[in-house]
Amino acid sequence: MIRFAALQFRNQAAVAFGALAVVAIVLAVTGPHLVNLYDTTVLTCGVHHDCSAATTALTDTDGPIQVFLAFLLLAVPALIGMFWGAPLVAHEFEAGTFRLAWTQGVTRTGWLAVKLGVGALASVVVTGLLSLMVTWWSSPIDTVSANHFDPLLFGARDLTPVGYAAFAFVLGACAGLVIRRTVPAMFTALAGFVAVRYVVNSWVRPHLMAPLHRYLVINASSPLNMGETPAGFQVTATTRGVLPGDWVYSNQIVDKAGHAPTTAFLDRACPLGHASAQVNAQTCATNLAAKFHLLVTYQPASRYWDLQWYETAVFFGVAAILAGLCFLWIPRPS
Amino acid sequence: MIEFQLDPASGVATYLQLVQQVHQGLRLGVLEPGEQLPTAQQVVGKLAINPNTVLKAYRDLEREGLVRARPGMGTFVVQTLPGRDEVALARFLSQMTKLLHAARAAGLGHDDIEAIYRTATRNAFAEGVA
Amino acid sequence: MTVVLETGGLGKQYGRRWALHDCTLSIPAEKVVGLVGPNGAGKTTLLHLAVGLLSPTTGTITVLGDAPASGRTQLGKIGFVAQDTPTYARLSITQHLHMGAWLNPNWDSELAAQRVDQLGLDPKQRAGSLSGGQRAQLALTLAIAKQPELLLLDEPVASLDPLARREFLQSLMEVVAEHGVSVVLSSHLVSDLERVCDYLIVLDASHVQLAGEVSELLASHHRLSGPRRDPATLPPTQHVIEQSHTDKQSTLLVRTDEPIHDPAWNVTPVTLEDLVLAYMSQSRDNQAVGRSTLGLVP
Repeated sequence: MIRFAALQFRNQAAVAFGALAVVAIVLAVTGPHLVNLYDTTVLTCGVHHDCSAATTALTDTDGPIQVFLAFLLLAVPALIGMFWGAPLVAHEFEAGTFRLAWTQGVTRTGWLAVKLGVGALASVVVTGLLSLMVTWWSSPIDTVSANHFDPLLFGARDLTPVGYAAFAFVLGACAGLVIRRTVPAMFTALAGFVAVRYVVNSWVRPHLMAPLHRYLVINASSPLNMGETPAGFQVTATTRGVLPGDWVYSNQIVDKAGHAPTTAFLDRACPLGHASAQVNAQTCATNLAAKFHLLVTYQPASRYWDLQWYETAVFFGVAAILAGLCFLWIPRPS
Repeated sequence: MIEFQLDPASGVATYLQLVQQVHQGLRLGVLEPGEQLPTAQQVVGKLAINPNTVLKAYRDLEREGLVRARPGMGTFVVQTLPGRDEVALARFLSQMTKLLHAARAAGLGHDDIEAIYRTATRNAFAEGVA
Repeated sequence: MTVVLETGGLGKQYGRRWALHDCTLSIPAEKVVGLVGPNGAGKTTLLHLAVGLLSPTTGTITVLGDAPASGRTQLGKIGFVAQDTPTYARLSITQHLHMGAWLNPNWDSELAAQRVDQLGLDPKQRAGSLSGGQRAQLALTLAIAKQPELLLLDEPVASLDPLARREFLQSLMEVVAEHGVSVVLSSHLVSDLERVCDYLIVLDASHVQLAGEVSELLASHHRLSGPRRDPATLPPTQHVIEQSHTDKQSTLLVRTDEPIHDPAWNVTPVTLEDLVLAYMSQSRDNQAVGRSTLGLVP
């Protein structure tokens, strides 16, 4: 059955590895240039005092390729779910070939298990290779930008795409098994995949590990926003520039008891009396610093790989559960 | 080797048609003792009939003593039809001819004579269905 | 004598409708069984129940002594060709044979290759570009090379031209002659099956109307024609299956094991087609009676 499943899969595999080869060539041709640029301009920027210019120049290089790669890693797992997963079983129902396959000398469970296994393995290998190549190519830029936890980047590097691909494939296959028609299964797989990724991005990833807290002193360079809101005069802290490289969830102005400043206090502490905004900010910061500090909730950069593993595990876990449901769903003879 | 034909519209059972064709072959000298009959597989491969039909026909022929099945080798003709009584045949032919002339003289047409012939034949050979 | 397929009160229901109901059969081995009935009568349902593609709503079914599709061994002993002979359009004939070899425990590759050769098929040709007759022959090859004890064929010749139909049946009968395999083949035309089957099952309106050995059925059914007669006046051993009357004449199709002694009758044998039509029309009459007792328009 393994050989037969591979035989059935050969066209899809050929397309995938062909595309992968093309991408590999493009990246192999353009990659060394980035490494070279990094080595010659960024590593030495301290000496030339042009770090900002050097880093900007690097991150702006090969912009279209960067955009394309980001799109690729976003799209590939979804495409796997739609074009590898959905037709896996649905096509057999549509063409009636399940009546041929289920009357050969294999059990239905064995048949499904091997088809799922072969496809999932291929999905993992293809996406893994793609992620490997893209991570390697982007590493000079990533090192310089140091925003590994950016929502678009975290799922486009290293391990996470592999988990997405496995999940998308199994989701597509199960949709095909239940719906029994390829095209509706494709759209169901796409919709389901997008929904799950959004949910995990927004609500699961922040809770994969309990975030840390740190107190920062309020000073002139703290990122404060002052202004009138419908709720009255507000002073809030933003996360801009805070703990660069870490994943900052939030930045709050609190006192030792954890309370935010009252509107009355803010009116007194941060009058906008002076013409210069900078002086106003300075005054506000100085006054706040007496009683308040900044409470930063964050994940440190050192947890990047832990979070990668956890998120990948979540997706593999969901894939496994879905696969189990598939086996329960498949119609059994009496 | 004899090649069987099938007339599905004749009303005669298939196995009987095969038996009759073997009889015919023996009568005409197309089949001679020692000759092999086609295997069931060969017959059904051409006529698309149930192999059991062929086997039944061959069993009947074997019971009549005309053929014998040799295991692993095939079914062979062992004996031709018992000698024909030429005198009886000639006598019957002349009686029949006289009858037919009389029938025609009485005004009976071809179809009437045919119908009468069939009824008479059936009655003469009927078994058990009264 | 062994029984290859046995059912007891077998039924399959979809929502309110019974696709097959109260089906009790005992099909002996080494027969070519014709399963006849109009479309929608339950033939495909019965065959799909036998190979485990469907599971029963009520009743029991055993095939070769086991529940349908009860494991690799049993699946390997049954060759099945579904209606419209599904094949993998993008795989070649050779690749189909590989599938057979990889997925079946008792596969005979030589037999399969020989058949493909004898049939004049190009092994490299994709199944999708084969004609209907060639696909049917490929499907039959896949079923036969498994060396099954039982072949189940769902309307294998329905969509074939007369030549392809004849070639398919020739092929099938050769296989039966050579390997002694039991066959059940379904059709909605009895003329397709008359030449080949020695056991007949008539399905109509989801019920078994008639089942038995062809030789016994033909011997026990007669057409009686004679002067007009009320069927109620017939002896009780003669069961009227079909009747038609004019003002002066009656024609009856009866089932009886006793000889017919009444000289008033002209007794003629019946063909298989006559039998099938008679039992199907009997079934329609019963349905109409059933509907009228329910107060529905017959």
